[in-house]
Amino acid sequence: MLKAFHRVESTRKPEAAVYDQVIPAGEGWMYALQPGQVLRIVDLEGNQAADTLLYDANNPEDHYSAVRTINSQSNIYLTTGSTLLAESGKELASIVADTCGRHDTLGGSCSSQSNTIRYAHEKGHMHNCRDTFMLELAKHPEGHRYAKRDLSPNINFFMNVPVTPEGGLTFEDGVSGPGCYVELQSSCHAMVLISNCPQLNNPCNAYNPTPVHVLIWNE
Amino acid sequence: MNAIWSETMHPGGKWSGIVGRGKLIRLTALEAGANVSMLMYHARDLSERYNMPDTLKAQHTAHLTRGNVLMSDNGRALASILHDDLGWHDPLGGYTTRAGTDSKYGVSCYQESRNGWLRSGQENLAVELVRNGLGERDISPVVNWFSKVVCDEEGNMRFADNHCAAGTTVTLRLEMDVLLIFSNTPHPLDPQGDYPSVPVKIEVLPAVQVDAGDYCVNFRPENRRAFDNTWTYYALQN
Ligand SMILES: [Zn+2]
Repeated sequence: MLKAFHRVESTRKPEAAVYDQVIPAGEGWMYALQPGQVLRIVDLEGNQAADTLLYDANNPEDHYSAVRTINSQSNIYLTTGSTLLAESGKELASIVADTCGRHDTLGGSCSSQSNTIRYAHEKGHMHNCRDTFMLELAKHPEGHRYAKRDLSPNINFFMNVPVTPEGGLTFEDGVSGPGCYVELQSSCHAMVLISNCPQLNNPCNAYNPTPVHVLIWNE
Repeated sequence: MNAIWSETMHPGGKWSGIVGRGKLIRLTALEAGANVSMLMYHARDLSERYNMPDTLKAQHTAHLTRGNVLMSDNGRALASILHDDLGWHDPLGGYTTRAGTDSKYGVSCYQESRNGWLRSGQENLAVELVRNGLGERDISPVVNWFSKVVCDEEGNMRFADNHCAAGTTVTLRLEMDVLLIFSNTPHPLDPQGDYPSVPVKIEVLPAVQVDAGDYCVNFRPENRRAFDNTWTYYALQN
């Protein structure tokens, strides 16, 4: 299946949403979608990364699987039509609209520890997505059902992380822009965990992390 | 250098074990077309494990070869690739599943086929995870030794045919005490219709010293910083 950009605009109206919230850069969000609900994530100012994990909320040990997802479509990018699979093979959600271009599921999230490797030992104190994920687990009433071991490789909505035919991996700017969005429809009772990336070391976001907007519709 | 221990993994076979810091693990494809899926955990804290995205991002690569370091989610060097005949091992393709194995190669079961039944990576890894106190929730992307998957400009994944010749070896040096889990099961994107039947030899070789001029340490500045983090970890304990 070809996963070149499949641009699909949504007909859903913001005023009909049952949930509407802005996630500032560097903050997290954890929310259980009911089966059939649609989550829209909007890149308000462009070139932001929304690091996102999904779980079967009825069985938190079953996490989103990047490799099962890309294998099932024989393509490494996510766009409209991609089905997001759990490690068990269970369908967690599908992408029903996308105005961005492509979304990354290989690059994972930033962390204090990986920042010391990628940038410098002195960057270890800086805020990072894996800390946000763990803080969300600590705060959420259901968070005790999850642990660090459940933080498997995530989706980076709005990020462009091309793999070259020569086997290189790069971080590129620019497939997203202000107002670009992606919509996921949950296929089950799916727990969504988002870290709106605070990364200040990567030129992809022009060193300026910005807010994202989340809206939910009942279908 | 003589092996401390060695064993041959049969086609469909698996192995898990804890191997100490500094020791070498050498895998040898005894016939052409091998694939071994590998998971790796820090033996002392199993919640620390090989992290595919951190490993690839730090080294700006989507394939693994000599000089590359396998990094943990806690920012440390777990193992490094000391020697490689092939130039490309796959970190993206994942493991075979029961459903995928049945649909590609035909349904098989022990009752009918005895030890000829066709095992899947998913089940092999699950068994060894549970044996070592972990579970299916701990599965994450594997390294597929001996396989090559290329991605075109559109992101389409293609399995490279005839990549691994008989006798090919790859040697890892373990930079921490690790739990290794191996499954000798086909690559999930291998298009051939016959279940590949390639025995693979595993050998554990005596520990070697890491010196200042080490190729893997100096391969990239990122690798040096991952080693620094590992050395600090041990310096705090010794
Ligand atoms: Zn981040």
